[in-house]
Amino acid sequence: MSCDDKVDCGRRRLLVATAAAGGVAGVAVAVPFVTSMLPSERAKAAGAPVEVDISTLGPGQMTTVEWRGKPVWVINRTKEQLESLKKIGDKLADPKSEKNMQPEYAKNETRSIKPEILVAVGLCTHLGCSPTEKFKTGAESGIEADWPGGFFCPCHGSTFDLAGRVYKGKPAPDNLEIPPHMYLGDARIVIGEDKKA
Amino acid sequence: MSKMTAVLQGTLNWVDERFPLTSFWKDHLVGYYAPKNFNFWYLFGSLAMLVLGIQFVTGILLTMHFKPDASLNASGVPVSFASVEYIMRDVPWGWLIRYMHSTGASFFFAAVYLHIFRGMLYGSYRKPRELIWVFGMLIFFLLMAEAFFGYLLPWGQMSFWGAQVIVNLFSTIPLIGEDLSLWLRGDYVVGDATLNRFFAFHVIAVPLVLLGLVVAHLIALHQVGSNNPDGIEIKKNKDANGIPLDGIPFHPYYTVKDIVGVVVFLMVFSVIIFFMPEFGGYFLEYNNFFPADPMVTPAHIAPVWYFTPYYSILRAVTYPLFGIDAKFWGVMAMGAATMVIALLPWLDRSPVKSIRYRGPLYKGFLAAFIASFLILGYLGTMGQTPVRTIVAQICSMIYFAFFLLMPIYSSLDKCQPEPDRVTSK
Repeated sequence: MSCDDKVDCGRRRLLVATAAAGGVAGVAVAVPFVTSMLPSERAKAAGAPVEVDISTLGPGQMTTVEWRGKPVWVINRTKEQLESLKKIGDKLADPKSEKNMQPEYAKNETRSIKPEILVAVGLCTHLGCSPTEKFKTGAESGIEADWPGGFFCPCHGSTFDLAGRVYKGKPAPDNLEIPPHMYLGDARIVIGEDKKA
Repeated sequence: MSKMTAVLQGTLNWVDERFPLTSFWKDHLVGYYAPKNFNFWYLFGSLAMLVLGIQFVTGILLTMHFKPDASLNASGVPVSFASVEYIMRDVPWGWLIRYMHSTGASFFFAAVYLHIFRGMLYGSYRKPRELIWVFGMLIFFLLMAEAFFGYLLPWGQMSFWGAQVIVNLFSTIPLIGEDLSLWLRGDYVVGDATLNRFFAFHVIAVPLVLLGLVVAHLIALHQVGSNNPDGIEIKKNKDANGIPLDGIPFHPYYTVKDIVGVVVFLMVFSVIIFFMPEFGGYFLEYNNFFPADPMVTPAHIAPVWYFTPYYSILRAVTYPLFGIDAKFWGVMAMGAATMVIALLPWLDRSPVKSIRYRGPLYKGFLAAFIASFLILGYLGTMGQTPVRTIVAQICSMIYFAFFLLMPIYSSLDKCQPEPDRVTSK
């Protein structure tokens, strides 16, 4: 800024400094305003692990429990259903579960600790709808003639197999999330905790 | 009597010295000259303002009885959902006010879509009206936000899962997406925190900005004057007093014309409110009569009709690109589909503004665009099948081609000469 007779440089500097200080104060006060919209301490505290008893869950059956406000599915898969997982690898986007959507101990063909029991977060990895179970096989499922059973998301049509693996060419990019979980004995599962596993 | 007149005149003078009442009346009503050849299409701007008024009044009344609270009441029903039922059943005339508000939302979009289409037909976005257009598109975006926030409030199944999907749209943005959607939700899942903040956005934050933008839209309009169905400037031909030869004062000529539109509009509006407020599930979706259940997504989920064309574009994108998930590109395509409309003033290179003098190329592209928009809208209400996905992909291409190829075909087109003065057809 050039100073000449018409501009009082002392006052101009004061104006600039005042405006700058005011701007800093404005930005500073925006921090608490914006931060106030983040999850509160109460929301952060809610999220305790939940226990499920699977002693009455027969082969081919599924139960849903709530963990952190999300549906978590526990499915007892039959032998035929487990067999079908091996045949569809080429139709899946991530058949070997290479993306980090599961704990290490579930990074296997069945995406589970015990082969038959699948524990998965029942929210589509596309935009978070809860897929519908389509356990009936073939054309009866209403999906396709050689459907081996799995899940169908009603929102945008993504399909998943019985290990929660997503089919290719669907809007969902990833396999369903496997939450941290562990067994307390044969028929009790804790979801949300896996320290001892 | 003359003494009475003198007192009134004196009062008016007293006010005018302190507030520009008379000059405002002159500048914007009796002395604001609008082209004399406005037709049917020019009703929708004032009708959109009418609906805005209806939404403000009914919205304030609803706020007096509504409770934004996702916790369960003694009967195990979410308080928010129960308070809407209470409005419908126990509040005197509550059902009427609520139906006016819910039907008003759909009519707001109907009026705005037709208003935007009018602008496209007659080239109302062209120089010097670019800013009117941009303000208008901002109003359109905010209206979509307002409708979305409002739709969560009854806390029904469609409210919950609609919000879940839309908030998750933000999580697809690389790097910041997850934190951004967490910040929007205020919790790890859509819940009470989300409901409360959406209420705040719906009843105060968005309406305030919306109102400001409507004012800006009108100030910009009155700065340059209205376009007309011939797409020519009436200010080019003025009489000795500087008044456009083809202009007539907005009041009383267009205020009276708009009142005719208002009367017809209110007749249609009333029929729907009284006889078909749900409009076959298009205005109020059946699944929203069930309270929100975070464990189960309804088997058939679709947005309200006014979002369906964009929803179709979102789910038409099914392949990844540049190593980023398909869902990110779906969201980008949906966002681009709404925003590309704002670029029209700079995409259109035609020497004429109005459809009346445009050539066959533009008319063909416009017809294809309208068809694709309607088909996308229809598909958005339906479930997804492989065939429908392909149709949606083709229509999305046509939608974007209309805009992105416009600089080419609009300059190549064989146009007819514009008249010097407005015509009345």
